[in-house]
Amino acid sequence: MKGQLIISIGREFGSGGHEIAQKLADQYKLPLYDHNLLDELAGRNNLDGDVLKEFDEAGRKKLLSRTVRGMNNSPEQNVAQLQFDYLRKKADSGESFVIVGRCSETILKGNTGLISIFVLGDMETKIERIMRLYQKSRKDAEELILEKDRKRKKYHNSHCRIKWGDSRNYDLSINSSRLGIEESVRILSQYIDARRKMQEAQ
Amino acid sequence: MAAQVLAILIFLAMFILIITEIWERHVITLGCALLTLVLVFGFGMHSMSAIMETLNVGSIFTPQFWYTAGQSGEASSGINWETIVFVAGMMIMVEGMAQVGFFRWLCMRIAKAVKYQVIPIFLTFMILSGFLAMFIDSITVILFLAAVTVELSQMLKFNPVPMILSEIFCANLGGSATMCGDPPNIIIGTSLGYSFSDFITNTGLIAGVSLIAVILYFYLVFHRQLRAQAAAGREAGISVMKPEEAITSKKGFVISCIIFLCAVVLLVTHAQTGLTVSFIGVLIGVVTLIASGKQAPTLLKRIDYKTLLFFIGLFVVVGGLEQTGILQLMAAFIGNISNGNVMLILAIILWLSAIASAFIDNIPFAATMIPIINSLAAAQGVDLSVLAWALAMGTDVGGSATPIGASANVVGIATAAKNGHIIKWGRYCKVMAPATIMVVAISMLMIYWRYL
Repeated sequence: MKGQLIISIGREFGSGGHEIAQKLADQYKLPLYDHNLLDELAGRNNLDGDVLKEFDEAGRKKLLSRTVRGMNNSPEQNVAQLQFDYLRKKADSGESFVIVGRCSETILKGNTGLISIFVLGDMETKIERIMRLYQKSRKDAEELILEKDRKRKKYHNSHCRIKWGDSRNYDLSINSSRLGIEESVRILSQYIDARRKMQEAQ
Repeated sequence: MAAQVLAILIFLAMFILIITEIWERHVITLGCALLTLVLVFGFGMHSMSAIMETLNVGSIFTPQFWYTAGQSGEASSGINWETIVFVAGMMIMVEGMAQVGFFRWLCMRIAKAVKYQVIPIFLTFMILSGFLAMFIDSITVILFLAAVTVELSQMLKFNPVPMILSEIFCANLGGSATMCGDPPNIIIGTSLGYSFSDFITNTGLIAGVSLIAVILYFYLVFHRQLRAQAAAGREAGISVMKPEEAITSKKGFVISCIIFLCAVVLLVTHAQTGLTVSFIGVLIGVVTLIASGKQAPTLLKRIDYKTLLFFIGLFVVVGGLEQTGILQLMAAFIGNISNGNVMLILAIILWLSAIASAFIDNIPFAATMIPIINSLAAAQGVDLSVLAWALAMGTDVGGSATPIGASANVVGIATAAKNGHIIKWGRYCKVMAPATIMVVAISMLMIYWRYL
């Protein structure tokens, strides 16, 4: 593959964003990073990956944390910072990859190979997907979606200036409920290919 | 009455805003200070004299601010400029020392001296942490000590968390031993007129005894874990670490050491020489700047102005409570519930300070408590100095109990986390809260034994 390609996928819970990310990773033969990023980080530094994952993509608990000269005791914030540093290191090394969430569209902004995408979905379609995948009742599925999205929003917004899901923060936002997963992947591939052509021409 | 209500509301708002970290803490205290000046003193009290007393600028231009033959301290009301000037001077000195690599060199030198053996490093770093914190702010002590500990842990293949936790505790404990060790002590000393030797012979003795107990405690808690991890990577580390490489300028290093030693001597003897801590602060700061030559502007830029502004705002807000008589009412309340029982009063001051400092910033707490213990001493006939030692031990040590109790805790936890070692609340408190309770109990027993 010529040049660096980093595909950042932000997603609503139940929108199929992760599945889309996996399909794009397969298509472009790239590694996919999500919570496994912490496993890799832990493995390389001889750390306990389970402890790190406990605070993955979680917002800081303000009452239980304090900032002194820019340093903070919040595990959530420190794990996020570890991931951000590790992501930047990977990007700076020239590696190509697909990354799901982790404020990657903001953290890697400015990287010429970055293509940032946000996947959203209609509530009804998301509920059906979660009911099917997690064997949940309609009510439980809806509650889970709201809860997960609330957490993702809190996490994202505590680290980034532009709010979670705000289209101005991404190259492309797509509603996966309109075309379905496969067709959304096809459209996104077209966009990615066009971007890469333009990048190569430059 | 309106002024009192306003003073309480502003004070509470300040505390809540500091906890929530909506704005930086110096912005919060300065904003609340402005509200105190306008609403409490202006609209509430219509008192220009209260404003002047609280701003306290005139005190800087008195000879007593720089030189005092006796033990007469500054008046406790309003901004304690002596604290501000002293802290600023010490900040310059510490920055100068850090710039030439003093702290890093010292930590690495000690690790080398004990031949990079994990248990001896663990024990000596605790003592080093306590000793350095007697003269230098605990944030700086932990910043360097924790960083070197992590570095050593990577080379010698051990988990740095037990060591960092022990260092944090000893830094907070060491700070309680002297007048300049922890901001609450500086404020207590300058406000009530106690000298360095007053602290070292009172809180210093308690801290010394406590340090022995604490080293024993942490050894018992951690030695198995550290011993098990110790053997693996020791050989690799010995050849890699070179303490002398930490020194960025040999000349600067020697000068920094001399300035530091002079500061220690001046502080230890200031009751005899009559030089106030503000004089010592200015002298040490100016000498460091002159000695650093072209680096002086860099040192000045690195001063933590935000902390100094935080202090200024804080003193004004506490001044609002003091001028409106709230703190005297609180003192009377403590006197009433203890029914004049000195043992009970001391226990309340000590444990209240410790518990409060475990969750909120101990600096505003100490600043608030000083006028209270002053009133208590006058009303109940309790020796003010004994109340002061109880307050100092409570505020300095209590902060160790939780991750947010003291600045050193946050810095230590963040340094460990930066290298992937996450310290959760549960893990922290499980070890540190019993140690805190133990030291507060030792402090109480020693205070009862020595002074009652």
